[in-house]
Amino acid sequence: MRALLLRDLSLSVRAGGGFGLALAFFLIVVALVPFAVGPATSTLSLIAPGILWLGALLACLLSLDRILALDWEDGSLDLLATAPIPMEGVAAVKALAHWVTTGLPLTLAAPALGVLLNLAPEGFLWLTLSLAVGTPALSAIGTFGAALTVGVRRGGLLLSLIVLPLYVPVLILGSEVARRGAAGMETGTALALLGALTLGSLAAMPFAAAAAIRINLR
Amino acid sequence: MDVGCTNLSCQRGGITVLDGVSFRVPAGGVLALRGPNGIGKTTLLRTLAGLQPAASGEVTPSPRDMAYASHADGVKAALSVTETLEFWARIHGSTDIAPALAAFDLERLAERRAGTLSAGQRRRLGLARLMLTGREIWLLDEPTVSLDAASVALFAGAVQHHLSEGGTAIIATHVDLGLDAAMLDLAPFRARPSAGTSEFDEAFL
Repeated sequence: MRALLLRDLSLSVRAGGGFGLALAFFLIVVALVPFAVGPATSTLSLIAPGILWLGALLACLLSLDRILALDWEDGSLDLLATAPIPMEGVAAVKALAHWVTTGLPLTLAAPALGVLLNLAPEGFLWLTLSLAVGTPALSAIGTFGAALTVGVRRGGLLLSLIVLPLYVPVLILGSEVARRGAAGMETGTALALLGALTLGSLAAMPFAAAAAIRINLR
Repeated sequence: MDVGCTNLSCQRGGITVLDGVSFRVPAGGVLALRGPNGIGKTTLLRTLAGLQPAASGEVTPSPRDMAYASHADGVKAALSVTETLEFWARIHGSTDIAPALAAFDLERLAERRAGTLSAGQRRRLGLARLMLTGREIWLLDEPTVSLDAASVALFAGAVQHHLSEGGTAIIATHVDLGLDAAMLDLAPFRARPSAGTSEFDEAFL
């Protein structure tokens, strides 16, 4: 399974691999918001946590259909299904590779982009922490969505429709942690709930994704 | 290892295409599947490989002993030939890719990116993967597509070597490989049009 993770990571950083796509999208969204909203710093710092979380979520969504569709198109998924590694493991590794190539760079870039939106100084730690805790759930749920739509050509729209409702709780709790942190309020409850959401999806989604892949390969 | 099935029915897209297929191939034997397009050769191979459940009937041994090679090679354009083979070797727990490179004459291409290979070279790379699986039963779906005469001979040699080590092969092909293959024509097993649709799909209709 480590071989699969290494292969997916090296594929993503090579030509046409899509690494940096999510990061570039995140950068563009956040950089354009001050132009659209206006330069009033009080307004910007008010909406900064929400915009940063929304940007990260949409950037994550952008790369979901690559998780399994490429392997399905060139036949690798069939071969992985007959390989001596469990499909649940394949799904978990795919989610992990997606997180390393999108969720992790987004988390690391978010504090730098927070400056662009005049995020309150207390908020930087909480923003980074909430993204670090929340983005693994986005990748795990996204892999499940990708598994459901794996046989559908150009299934990106369907994938978004399936996945977005499942992303809403993560978005609400994640931006709540960042917003409360930036306002200097207590963040424990929201952070604990966000963590619970992530752990729950990490535990359940590989099994759901594996079952969906098996059905789609028939 | 012996491989066979008894009274096997296969479905494709919820429609039964093959019904009552039974055969047995002894260790060291090779079976060539024949039949017109659409008869269900690929479906039968996918069912044997465990990629889809049999509608009824039994397959022995379990899919864990089988290596499946489909129409698509599962080759990533961005990886080199060596990287591709090393990946599959690690997945299947083997280490030495040199015999596979040699058997399919890929040594000169070892550092080339798979995206720059010709169709026939890519096909050879896909087939070389089989030698790394360490599995006794090879299920091959039209393995000679886009191979030239010399490559077909290389491939036949690799299959012969596999058989001599006690392996077994089931090959869907229309090309004579020069192997001592038993023939199985699938046309008599074509399912009657009325024979059953999948309950799985009905739940959604």
